[in-house]
Amino acid sequence: MSITIQNINKTFGKFQALNNVSLDIPEGKLTALLGPSGSGKTTLLRIIAGLESSDAGKILFGGEDVSHLHVRNRNIGFVFQHYALFRHLTVAQNIAFGLESLPRKERPSKQDIAQRVDKLLEMIQLPQLADRYPSQLSGGQKQRVALARALATQPRILLLDEPFGALDAKVRKDLRRWLRALHDEYHFTSIFVTHDQEEALELSDQVVVMSQGKVEQVDSPAQLYARPDSRFVFDFLGHVNVLSGVVKSQKLVQGDAWVSLPGTRGDQEAQLYLRPHEVQLSRSPSTHARLPLRIQSISLIGSEVRLELAPEGWESSELWETGMSHGEFAQQNPTRGELWYAVPSVGHLFEANSHQPRTVDWNFQDAANASSM
Amino acid sequence: MSLHRNRVGDQPWVRRTLIGLAMLLTAIFLVIPVVVIFTQALSAGWSTLAGNIMDEYTLHAIGLTLFVALLTVPLNLIFGTALAWSVTRFKFPGRKLLITLIDIPFAVSPVVAGLLYLLLYGRNGWLGGWLSTHDIQLMFAWPGIVMVTVFVTCPFVARELIPLMQQQGSEEEEAGVVLGASGWRIFRKITLPNIKWALIYGVILTNARAVGEFGAVSVVSGNVRGQTNTLPLHVELLYQDYNIVGAFASASLLAAIAILTLVAKAFVEWRQAKSEHSAPETRGV
Amino acid sequence: MSVSAQTSVAPVRRFSGRSKRVLPGFGLSLGISLFFVSLVLLLPLTGLVVETSGMTWDQFVFTITDPRVIESYKVTAWTALAASLFNGVFGLLLAWVLVRYEFPGKRLIDAVVDLPFALPTAVAGITLATLFAQNGWYGQWLDKLGVEVAFTPIGIVVAMAFTSIPFVVRTVQPVLEELSPADEEAAVSLGASDGRVFRKVIFPSLWPALVTGVALSFTRSLGEFGAIIFIAGNTPYVSEVTSLMIFIRLQEYDYAAASAIASMVLLVSLILLFAINVWQSRFLRRLEGR
Repeated sequence: MSITIQNINKTFGKFQALNNVSLDIPEGKLTALLGPSGSGKTTLLRIIAGLESSDAGKILFGGEDVSHLHVRNRNIGFVFQHYALFRHLTVAQNIAFGLESLPRKERPSKQDIAQRVDKLLEMIQLPQLADRYPSQLSGGQKQRVALARALATQPRILLLDEPFGALDAKVRKDLRRWLRALHDEYHFTSIFVTHDQEEALELSDQVVVMSQGKVEQVDSPAQLYARPDSRFVFDFLGHVNVLSGVVKSQKLVQGDAWVSLPGTRGDQEAQLYLRPHEVQLSRSPSTHARLPLRIQSISLIGSEVRLELAPEGWESSELWETGMSHGEFAQQNPTRGELWYAVPSVGHLFEANSHQPRTVDWNFQDAANASSM
Repeated sequence: MSLHRNRVGDQPWVRRTLIGLAMLLTAIFLVIPVVVIFTQALSAGWSTLAGNIMDEYTLHAIGLTLFVALLTVPLNLIFGTALAWSVTRFKFPGRKLLITLIDIPFAVSPVVAGLLYLLLYGRNGWLGGWLSTHDIQLMFAWPGIVMVTVFVTCPFVARELIPLMQQQGSEEEEAGVVLGASGWRIFRKITLPNIKWALIYGVILTNARAVGEFGAVSVVSGNVRGQTNTLPLHVELLYQDYNIVGAFASASLLAAIAILTLVAKAFVEWRQAKSEHSAPETRGV
Repeated sequence: MSVSAQTSVAPVRRFSGRSKRVLPGFGLSLGISLFFVSLVLLLPLTGLVVETSGMTWDQFVFTITDPRVIESYKVTAWTALAASLFNGVFGLLLAWVLVRYEFPGKRLIDAVVDLPFALPTAVAGITLATLFAQNGWYGQWLDKLGVEVAFTPIGIVVAMAFTSIPFVVRTVQPVLEELSPADEEAAVSLGASDGRVFRKVIFPSLWPALVTGVALSFTRSLGEFGAIIFIAGNTPYVSEVTSLMIFIRLQEYDYAAASAIASMVLLVSLILLFAINVWQSRFLRRLEGR
């Protein structure tokens, strides 16, 4: 069941939580609502569920307007941030609750309910915990029970509010993988809220980035990471290396640093955004960029060596970051305190007054320059 | 605790002095008075005590007192629960005012409370005139006693529930709604088990006060022996008649109820603390 | 932020949005609450207004400034003040001992602190009167020292203190429990004496709760009736409290006078209630009120 969100507005007192949000959630896909706290993502999820009402706008499930349908009748599954398990009911009773709440005519028999509960317990791999109370479960177990409870009535749509927020890193990874597998098996339309970019990119088919009550960008994880639409998305998704300076005669300049920008026009302020993987290190400046950096720290753990670099003779509000393979590292042997030069391959330029970035590809330009010469 | 050697008042002599002082004062002000009630009641022997309690008027007073409590407690249970539900589960204008209003009975002198009802429903009151033409007597009769008792005890249940329900939040109830449960089912299956002990606590306090209320009741009862005399009023009447042993016999019944209340209260507090920390029962592994 | 398009839509839809509440029972629970509050708490107040509005201003002033009544205000005020101050000290001691120390009988003391709330005031009254009477357990000793308690204003103080001691203990106790040991240890490790740490570290976080407890105790004492009348002796101009004055006027069937005095008492207690509420919301998170 697809979900359509049309011009949703919501204010709490003077605070505008959602500002004219419109969005399409495709059927059978796992969509992430990603944003910092206060971006309105949880409010949007609660409005979709019917737990909150919007001031204006419509929510459609599969083309049918459900804006005025009570949450009880929307047939959604909702997993609360802190699980909201009924603390005085056992795990089995928690899972059976939705089925037992059905009107008498639709309610399955006692045996059928018991069977369904057993099946769900199998699915969440916790059949041995049927008679436990929520307080006797670990965080990850609670999360699974909450999910089984939400799925018991076979909802058309599954909504999850910060589903892994309260879990520790290890459990979080396992559960993420498990949820993805579950989704691939059952294909319900799911939306989950998160503030963790890694989680959003890893788990979802589609990511909706939100900020200050507005949708910033909707894209697949790969597109989103490769082609962010705005400064905000750039900053929010992973680390970014920034050179902000002034464009002068087709160069972006700040202090001792510069990057050539063919095709740019005259005096204006601009920022160049570079992902860590878009930057290589070299012992000497290249023809198209001079970015002197001193190595501050080297982290060897992981599939790649990560280096943190401090600008030398120019300024950046945050340290630069880049990586190199362990093989390369062994060859070049960079050490802390040495002066190196960053060589960008692809970059994203934000010119003054423009909200959207322009992609700059030096590989291509170098090739073009070479051929024209 | 003993590890905190660096905390104020941990030197043995300070400790011992303060504990000793607290025990002495507690004994003088709180423990010995209870002992006195029972020694006075028994000063003429067990049979006199039994005789005093089995006295016709005393029995009637006991009956009336229980009857009043039996009516008051459920009324305030319903009111307290409804009020706590509305102010903790919804936001609406005037919510804070409503919470403040229910504190009025705590601040108002019981005599003033009784007077308020007497002025309104008494023969000269503006509603009382209409009532007496229709031959309905509320004041100086049992309905009046029930009414002022409800007034005096109405904050107890709500005051126990509001902080607890506020702290528990409404996520569990919301989960119930999402799962399609009806309002009554949500209340019975989700809310009620969560507030059970606070509710019982509120009932115990309401009951204790309903049984023991004196000032407000004495204004509206008319003190007719064998008719509108509750147990506390009966204690007063016997005392004024210089029947000290008789007065203390009735007082000992009330003191026994008070002690039971304290025991029940301690038990509920213990259960409440337990249910907050762990599940009701542990089964399986 | 673009405000242009949606501002025209929002106010119209807002109402239909608000009326849809997710949790059930709003109408029912608020309806019961408002009905109850109106009928039980507010309606009776009208009786007082009607009664006093039947008096002329001069009558009203004459009634509430009657010398015997004035004397009752004075007696009530100073005895309530003395009782609540005594409770400030005694209550703080009890709360301190219950929170800070482990000792045999602690749980008993903790339970017994609530006795004054559980024990009917009339029972408390006759018991205290018996204890402090000249031939009573306490009275005979105090008599030797030349102190008379029963049938004097001191008796009133005793009765008031008894009935309102739990307020101070139960207000101070939770605050004392939450004090962090670290602050104190830091101060002690810097070489401060115990007295100094108490004054400079503990008391500053304690006093708002202590003031609340004493104020609650004071408010309760002003209205106390049952426990007092048995021990006070009720001598006009000497040991009559204001509650009793109202009661006496009622027994004289002088409803107007009773109402006039009651309206003064009511006014003072409502002001105190309001002040305590404001004070609490400013200084304390939440208190278990009873």
